[in-house]
Amino acid sequence: MTVFSSGISLYAMGKLLNLLLGWSFDVSILVAAGIVLAYIFLGGLTSAIYNEVLQFFLIVFGFAPLVFLGLRDVGGWPGLAGRLAGVATANGYAPGAYTQSWRFMGSASANPVGVEWFGLVMGLGFVLSFGYWCTDFLVVQRAMAANSMTAARRTPLIAAVPKMLFPFLVIVPGMLALVVSPTSGVRQAGPAVTASPPSLTSQTSPTSAASAAGIVPPKRDARTGEPLRDAHGHVVLDYDLATPMMLVHFFPAGLLGLGLTALLASFMSGMAGNVTAFNTVWTYDLYQSYVRPGAPDAHYLAMGRLATVFGVAISVAAAYVAASFNNIMDFLQLVFAFVNAPLFATFALGMFWKRATGHGAFTGLVAGTLAAAIHHGLSLPAGAAVGVKGGYLGVVTTYPSELAQTFWTAIAAWVTCFAVTIAMSLATRPRPLEELRGLVYGLTSKPTDDVRRWYERPVSLALLVLAGVVVLNAIFF
Amino acid sequence: MGLDLRIPVGALFALIGVLLGVYGGATLGQPGTTPTGVPINLVWGLVLLAFGTAMLTLARRARRAARGHANPDAARGPRIT
Repeated sequence: MTVFSSGISLYAMGKLLNLLLGWSFDVSILVAAGIVLAYIFLGGLTSAIYNEVLQFFLIVFGFAPLVFLGLRDVGGWPGLAGRLAGVATANGYAPGAYTQSWRFMGSASANPVGVEWFGLVMGLGFVLSFGYWCTDFLVVQRAMAANSMTAARRTPLIAAVPKMLFPFLVIVPGMLALVVSPTSGVRQAGPAVTASPPSLTSQTSPTSAASAAGIVPPKRDARTGEPLRDAHGHVVLDYDLATPMMLVHFFPAGLLGLGLTALLASFMSGMAGNVTAFNTVWTYDLYQSYVRPGAPDAHYLAMGRLATVFGVAISVAAAYVAASFNNIMDFLQLVFAFVNAPLFATFALGMFWKRATGHGAFTGLVAGTLAAAIHHGLSLPAGAAVGVKGGYLGVVTTYPSELAQTFWTAIAAWVTCFAVTIAMSLATRPRPLEELRGLVYGLTSKPTDDVRRWYERPVSLALLVLAGVVVLNAIFF
Repeated sequence: MGLDLRIPVGALFALIGVLLGVYGGATLGQPGTTPTGVPINLVWGLVLLAFGTAMLTLARRARRAARGHANPDAARGPRIT
């Protein structure tokens, strides 16, 4: 799973290098993989985490002026909401469907995500989000690197604060890209363009303007260069290019360098984090525990480095799979639905139910992953062709969007894993309670916080984060 | 490693801020440098410089405090007799 996520970041990085420098996609992928491999190989987890901190600030300072300039161009938030209302009505939705989170969730056909409130709350809000925050090793590993139990408990809570604000940096530019006029900004579509990268400007050439939305270009066939169309004949938009297009459109030479560096940094940090997670899981949790316990440290270090090279190699393969999706977010969520969703059911039962057994967990995990594959194989997003996007076992149901299909795939995987784990655990011999102390919540002594100030306590931080969630949801209801 | 991350972060952003700010000042008024009427290179260069300087100042203050903690006499400065 981590190498799939890493492959998605690598794909995005390769695509950006391909567009900026005009290198072939294959060379771009290999160069990007080589850079990340070099710094993980030389520095390990420490260098990956230190780089992530630098990359975090680069992302914030690289994207913040984009939001500022973009909103200024369209007349602030009211201007953006007004223009998106026009896009929404043109696509058959109510005017607020692109700017409000919950108001149009009563029916899947009333919002552009194509999912109703239960699918969103259960699929994304519960299964995928809890799965990501509680079982994704990329996140969990950061908490494990903390220097005390209190610091480890604070890690996801502190991370939640910028995470709640990141939509303003990464989603608002996407919304702006749909409505910004191609003739505003420092570079305009057409022959006047001189300073921006050749491949990116050709994306907004007048010949393609008719099939683009705002400044989001159509996705093109890699061989013929023609815009791709879905099964209904509609042009498929390349949403992966929304942010690069916005950067080129609004940033002059100078700041454009910082913006593109921020974009590369975000992909690099995603890839490095996932590859270090992969080599840690393989070396410590599998190789050291089951394959060759008791070897000297130098042996495990060499194995860790080998795992890093192997992880990067698989990421390169995963990057080519990601290329077949017209939106890397859809692919990332699909990977999470297959892996994180059943794993979250296993974790939840293992942590809170002392009757859960190893046989139950393993059988549940296999059944949950199979359920995800069966659901995905029997369903298809509207307009998609049978294949990597589903329907390979026969199309029984069609969803309005890829995200809707993914949320329900996650629900199917979680429910199946949860039910099968319980059934199989009850049918097998329970573990003695002494063996479960420190592992199951009810049999473990509660940690005490070793801090004095109120704002350092995990409970206080959790309440602040919860208040932030309520306020943001109320504002964008 | 006991590296204070504020030092590389501060140094990086102060450097980028100076480069961007100087470039923005030198190209002020040229076409294509002021999207939506904002001299963004100059403005953002100054913002980055301020952030980098703040980070470096915080790191320096923390280092001084740590040194003072380890050696209270040194924190008070040279003793005049």
